[in-house]
This record gives sequence, C-alpha cells and structure tokens, in this order.
Amino acid sequence: MPAPTTATATATTNNNPPTPLDFKESDTIPLPPPKPFQPSLRHPASRKSIYDRALSRPPSSTSLPAFAHLFNTLITYHHAKSASVSEIEGRLNRAGYPIGIKMLDLLLYRQGGKAVRPTRLLDLLQFVHGVLWRGLFGRAADALEQSTSKREEYMIVDNEPVVNTYISIPKEMSQLNCAAFVAGIIEGVCDASGFGTEGVSAHWGEGDEMWPGKTIFLLRFQEKVVEREEGIKAAGG
Amino acid sequence: MQVRTGVCGGARQPEASHPNRYRRRASPVRLHATGLRVSEVAAMVVFALLIINKAGGLIFNRTFAPGLQKLDSNDYLILAGTFHGIHAISRTISPAPPVQPLPGNRRPPTTGIESMESSHFRLTCFQTPTGVKFLLFTSPEQPNTDAVVRRCYEIYGEFVMKNPFYSLEMPVRVEKFDRALGAYLVRP
Repeated sequence: MPAPTTATATATTNNNPPTPLDFKESDTIPLPPPKPFQPSLRHPASRKSIYDRALSRPPSSTSLPAFAHLFNTLITYHHAKSASVSEIEGRLNRAGYPIGIKMLDLLLYRQGGKAVRPTRLLDLLQFVHGVLWRGLFGRAADALEQSTSKREEYMIVDNEPVVNTYISIPKEMSQLNCAAFVAGIIEGVCDASGFGTEGVSAHWGEGDEMWPGKTIFLLRFQEKVVEREEGIKAAGG
Repeated sequence: MQVRTGVCGGARQPEASHPNRYRRRASPVRLHATGLRVSEVAAMVVFALLIINKAGGLIFNRTFAPGLQKLDSNDYLILAGTFHGIHAISRTISPAPPVQPLPGNRRPPTTGIESMESSHFRLTCFQTPTGVKFLLFTSPEQPNTDAVVRRCYEIYGEFVMKNPFYSLEMPVRVEKFDRALGAYLVRP
C-alpha cells in the first residue's frame, strides 16, 4: 500500500535537524555608532555643583517641599514593594542607615579641630539629641529620656518630626510612622560610633492633645555596650 | 440669582475692562476688608467646601457653620455631578465676547462659572489647572471669597498632594488636611 510509506517518509524528513542558515555580510544592517555620552544632569549657571562646595560649611537650608517630594517618592516606592507595615518601616530604616554613618563623620568634621567622637553612652545620646538634630532639622530634639524598666533602652522625643510635616497616615495602617527613616539615621550614627544597637524604632507618642504628631525614637543598645559602659564607670572613668 | 463666568490664563484682563466685571457688587465691606486679616476673620461665614475631581466625582465635602440643613451623602454626590455638568456647559455658552489674545499667547480658555449669588448664599468656584474644582459656599456678605478658596487650594496642595498615601481622584480622607482646614475656616 503506497499511502503508509509516504507518511513514514515525510515523518523522517521532519525529524531531520534544520540546516543552519548561511551567514552573509550583506544580510546585516550595521548599527549606528553610539552617540557621545551627554549627562542629563542640569548644572547651575555657575557650573558649581554640591560637590564643589566646601565640606566644612553647612548649606544654608534646603527647601522643605523639595525634600517632601523626594521623601514622598521614597515612601511610595517602598509602600508598593512591601506587604506589611513593619516591612515598610524596615525598608525606610535601611534607607536612613547609610546617611547616619556618613552624618557622624560630617558633623564631627564641621565641629572643627576640638571635636571628639562620642565615647561614652551619654555623650553619644547628647550628640544625637543636639548636634545631629540641629544638623538635620535646624533645632534640637524635644526630650531625651531613659527607660525606667530596662537599662539598655533610651528614648528621644520629637514633638513634630520635620519629615512627617505633610504626611497623614491612613487608618488601616495607623501603626506606621515614616520617621522610621530618621530612626535609621540614628541607628547609623550609633553603629558608626561603636555603640551597637539592637535596633532603633519610631513610635507614635499617644494621648498628647497638644502634639498629635509626637514621635518617640526608641534606642535599644546591645547588652555588651551597656556592660562596657558600666565597666568604665566602675573603673572611675 | 446672578452667575458670573470669566476667562483665566496668563493674559488676564484688567478688572475694569472685563465685560462681566460690572456685575460684581462693589460693597463697602469688601473694600474695607481688603488686606485686613482681622476684619476678614470677623466677617467670615463659610458654610461648606466641596471638592470635585476632574471626572465630576465628589471627593471631599465638609460643612463649617452650625445649623445648616442636613443633606445626605447621595444628595452631595448629585449636587457635585450636576454642578460639574452645568459648569462644562457654561464654558461653551459663555456670553462674553471672545477676548483677543496678546500676540504670541494662546487664547485663554473660558473657565465657566466662577461664582453664583443668591440672597442667602454665594457659591464661589475655583478650578485648578488640572481640572479639580473647589466649591465654596459662603454668606453673600462674605468678602474676599476668591482669596479664601485659593487658600483652601493651598492647604489641599500642602497636605493632600504632598501626602504619599493619597491616591489621585479618590475621596480625600487626610487627617492633616481636615485639621488645617478646620483651623482656617471654623470660627473660634
């Protein structure tokens, strides 16, 4: 019977591997040569960028709406990427951490020749409460407290965090405090100065009629840091 | 009831030469109160503020004076939708003669209804460049309603548009906006 034989014949030809195409120079279209790189960053008329400024002099001030726009974008990005409130806070915290590490050195450098690194716990806390806050927000924080129950916990209180000026938290995520970004900065400063923390977090200070945006930054130092501090104190340091 | 419509844009006509401006009442209260914040606050009776998004949906409403007749939320939605439609019509049937544009400028678009007055209230409408409409209901004696509604727009810009948790075109439920608006419009 002729029909089945033709069927097997076509099947065998289909199983053959496809022959590679002949490559010919004339078939290709050459790519245009790349354009010379032109930076899209805009420079001020004086051609002086932020990197040309003297490091020792602080910039006069930054526009709050401009910062708000940038911070807004940061929050929107992390909000879209994370599944829970604690994840957003963690991401904001990590965004602030490298700033803190650099802020410590920058602020000490700006203090001039007599500046010393904070080496005692209280010095560090006062540095954060005063120098860091003035460097970032132009004013000192509102309070510095020690926890009554736990010896390794300290609190820094800001009645009206600058970063939260335009931010209202929706009801379904009322626990979120975007000052977690500032908490990350504090954590960076503490770590960079050799006082390891278990984490710094931002919490709403509830029940304050006068300051609805009151924020408490909780600093939890590592056990060994507290022990070292007490060792120095016992040695009469 | 009188309705005022006008033109907006960069080439705003001087007040006196505008064809519709003669309808504006030159009340002595208005002249006296210009620039005087204290007397402005003293004479201020703002009844309500509505914000309509560019699709005609009501995204915010709040009343500021006590003793107003209550409307249910459905009525507010109908009011907003109806006004949105009438406003769109008034843009095209404006009786004002076409304004000759300055050379090099585009002809400014007509804005539609800017204010509406009756013996009991005045409605001031302010439309932003993106098409959001602010409706301010005040008493007819209220001076400087343009300035008041612009200040409301500023507060909206600050606390609603700069808030990362507000999604565009959706109802405004922003705590700091409510608080700032209350501080500005609620009489102490």
